[in-house]
Amino acid sequence: MSTASVQLPAWINYIVVPILNLVLAFFFSGLVVWAIGESPLEALRLLLIGALGRGEGIGFTLFYATSFIFTGLSVAVAIHAGLFNIGSEGQAYLGGLGAALVALSLDRYVPWYVTMPFAVIGAALFGAACAAIPAWLQAKRGSHIVITTIMFNFITSSLMNYLLVRVLIVPGKMAPETRTFLEGGQLPKLDWLISMFGGKLGAAPLNFSFLIALVMCFLVWMLIWRTKLGYEMRTLGISPTAAGYAGIPYAKIVMIAMLISGGLAGMMALNPVMGASARLQIEFVGGAGFVGIAVSLMGRNHPVGIILAALLFGILYQGGAELSFDMPSITRDMIVVIQGLVILFAGALEYMLRPAIVRLYQQISGK
Amino acid sequence: MSLDLPKEIEPAIELVGIDKKFGAVHANKNINLTVAKGSIHGVIGENGAGKSTLMSILYGFYHADQGEIRISGKPIVIRDSQAAIAAGIGMVHQHFMLVENFTVLENVMLGAEGGQLLRKGVASARKELKRLEDDYGLEVDPDAVVEELPVGSQQRVEILKALYRGAEILILDEPTGVLTPAEADHLFKVLRVLRDQGKTIILITHKLREIMAITDTVSVMRRGEMVATRKTSETTVEELAELMVGRRVLLHVEKGDANPGRVLLSVRNLTVRDARGVTMVDDVSFDVRAGEIVGIAGVAGNGQSELLEAIAGIRKPYSGEIFIDGKPVAGIDPAGLRDLGLAHIPEDRHHMGLVLKFEEYENSILGYHRDQRYGRGVMLDLDAMRKDAEEKIAKYDIRPPNPRLKTANFSGGNQQKIVVAREIERDPNVLIIGQPTRGVDIGAIEFIHKRIIDMRDAGKAVLLVSVELDEIRSLSDRILVMFAGKVVGEKTGDAGEQTLGLMMAGIAA
Repeated sequence: MSTASVQLPAWINYIVVPILNLVLAFFFSGLVVWAIGESPLEALRLLLIGALGRGEGIGFTLFYATSFIFTGLSVAVAIHAGLFNIGSEGQAYLGGLGAALVALSLDRYVPWYVTMPFAVIGAALFGAACAAIPAWLQAKRGSHIVITTIMFNFITSSLMNYLLVRVLIVPGKMAPETRTFLEGGQLPKLDWLISMFGGKLGAAPLNFSFLIALVMCFLVWMLIWRTKLGYEMRTLGISPTAAGYAGIPYAKIVMIAMLISGGLAGMMALNPVMGASARLQIEFVGGAGFVGIAVSLMGRNHPVGIILAALLFGILYQGGAELSFDMPSITRDMIVVIQGLVILFAGALEYMLRPAIVRLYQQISGK
Repeated sequence: MSLDLPKEIEPAIELVGIDKKFGAVHANKNINLTVAKGSIHGVIGENGAGKSTLMSILYGFYHADQGEIRISGKPIVIRDSQAAIAAGIGMVHQHFMLVENFTVLENVMLGAEGGQLLRKGVASARKELKRLEDDYGLEVDPDAVVEELPVGSQQRVEILKALYRGAEILILDEPTGVLTPAEADHLFKVLRVLRDQGKTIILITHKLREIMAITDTVSVMRRGEMVATRKTSETTVEELAELMVGRRVLLHVEKGDANPGRVLLSVRNLTVRDARGVTMVDDVSFDVRAGEIVGIAGVAGNGQSELLEAIAGIRKPYSGEIFIDGKPVAGIDPAGLRDLGLAHIPEDRHHMGLVLKFEEYENSILGYHRDQRYGRGVMLDLDAMRKDAEEKIAKYDIRPPNPRLKTANFSGGNQQKIVVAREIERDPNVLIIGQPTRGVDIGAIEFIHKRIIDMRDAGKAVLLVSVELDEIRSLSDRILVMFAGKVVGEKTGDAGEQTLGLMMAGIAA
């Protein structure tokens, strides 16, 4: 009660608190590792080396981070307008269809840099379309966006299953996936970026969509804090009654915010579909939409925070995979446990340490 | 600073050297306060003077950095509100802490059920409640559902709750804010009975007249310090006001005669229903002319809020018409109405007039943010916004003068000035105002009242809604009284309090 209203300086809020939360998460993860009879420090070392030790590891880490940046931005934009969009998973899945349709129709005729802008638009449009119905239901009928967006994840999943198994599948093949895109439908790898730092990308799928993600971070920052639309979204997000007083149209802002959110989620598909596997595969999103919720939460819904949080989750994904390879007793499931602990401490228990920190801060700063 | 009490009167509460800082804000500076047992002690001060902090320390919400609290002479540590209750301290909050769809009895028992099964607790609570009612004249039907009770009765439930828990010391925070004059009188009667039965009462208020009417002693706080303690019988309203503000204050608004011109705002047969279909405004018609202030008096909840919101375009009228300068405007949204020259200072600055999490400069454009002067096209021009905010801050003496400060960190009076500055500086033709000075300190009240009169004198039409009868009477050129959604009568600005009070209660027309 008494500490909630105290304002802490930004460097404590945005640097000290997240780091402390992270340390706690790793401490408890260490306990789990120790309990199954492995050395926590060795596990941490393997995880970090796996994620950041070599150019290829970094490439994978950034590849994962790219997806998480898109979905994190998607969740953040909706949250700024007071909407909890947990349908980024499905929106990204449908976005994959948009990207794939563009790639399939253009890859024969034009080089990748001509295909790319259309693919970005296609992915965003399909992602936005997936968010449009829940948005409309929320704006006009008051159906809760959390319920409808999560339902749409299932609808999208079934729809994509049908399309991949019955429509887009290559005749005569068993795998439910489209044909492989030609070079005109692929996003180039970022070898040069890794070699700038003296590493080798190797087999890692880090690709051009990483740069698109960074551009989107900037655009989202502009949208939220530098445009009138962003101002209206934030007003609605914090105080719907103040928005009503100010004449900010509720239905319109809900629709716009959700379409942007869905569009950003859709763009996530560029990374795995056009950047890595060069085809549309079943279940390619692989939970990145849900990780986006944690990323947005940890990144305090700010693009810079989202980049950092996405990197953290990229490290956990890539380093975790390497770790389970090097330490067979640590299975994939163990990695999920560790990720869960990070989400728990960095996201859900964000305010757990706050009262203690406030008291400490007040004591140090001399009452 | 403490009052010299006769030796035979024992103190109920002593606060010795209480000191509390929030970061850089020194909310309480070395406060000493002695409250005699069996007395009514008023604590007054402007918003942000530290009254609430001091009472929160006493009730265990905050912990003092230094100092000691003594109850009946014994030093105690109040760690939380449970400890405060155990020490016999009860608090009646400004905003009631009641479960609205529970009965009176259930509310009183809540948190003191006495065991896992309710049956026994209910029986003993009922008996105890009956005794409290008989002893103190606090009649409330124990089986009535709280949300169906009038506000005055709800407040009595709060008092009963405190007494049921064995409170010997009652703290009341701005208790009359939501009451009719008659209900306030009843409350005072109850408080006197409580005092005569030996309870100690601390009354926090900003209304000087209440202090004069009911308290035995009064302490004045200013900027975190206890600046004076007086016997109420030995002080005057003027002296207290000066102590609170630290300078001489005009308690009466000075204004010349009105010079009404053509009709700028016209309401015809307006009916407004709420979401449940209940009629809140019932067939209301009136005009406001250029150069006059029309006040709407009434007890809170008689349709004034809905009337304001309908005129401001926030709430859709069910039927009837609204004209601004002859143009029908019912159904136009708030943004469109602003373009037509309507400005609205809303009743509730916390939820409507301001976004408290925004920085000050962001709030100073709320509603006008699409204006090209705050950025061309779709973009916002932060420099232009801040410069504009700085000008308003200077002109309206908003403190601290920092447009980058979070709005929640301004005092109530300064928050209200942010809203007033934003709405008045647009030079509207029609200004509609709800509770312009609710929770605003005396210095700021004076300032805001002057601005409202300036608007009138500049030939604007002003519609003023307030539950403060004094405010309505001192500002308005004409007064309409609302009761149960209807305008039950019209009086001139110099109408007597008695007359208006009866009309507000729906007794006379």
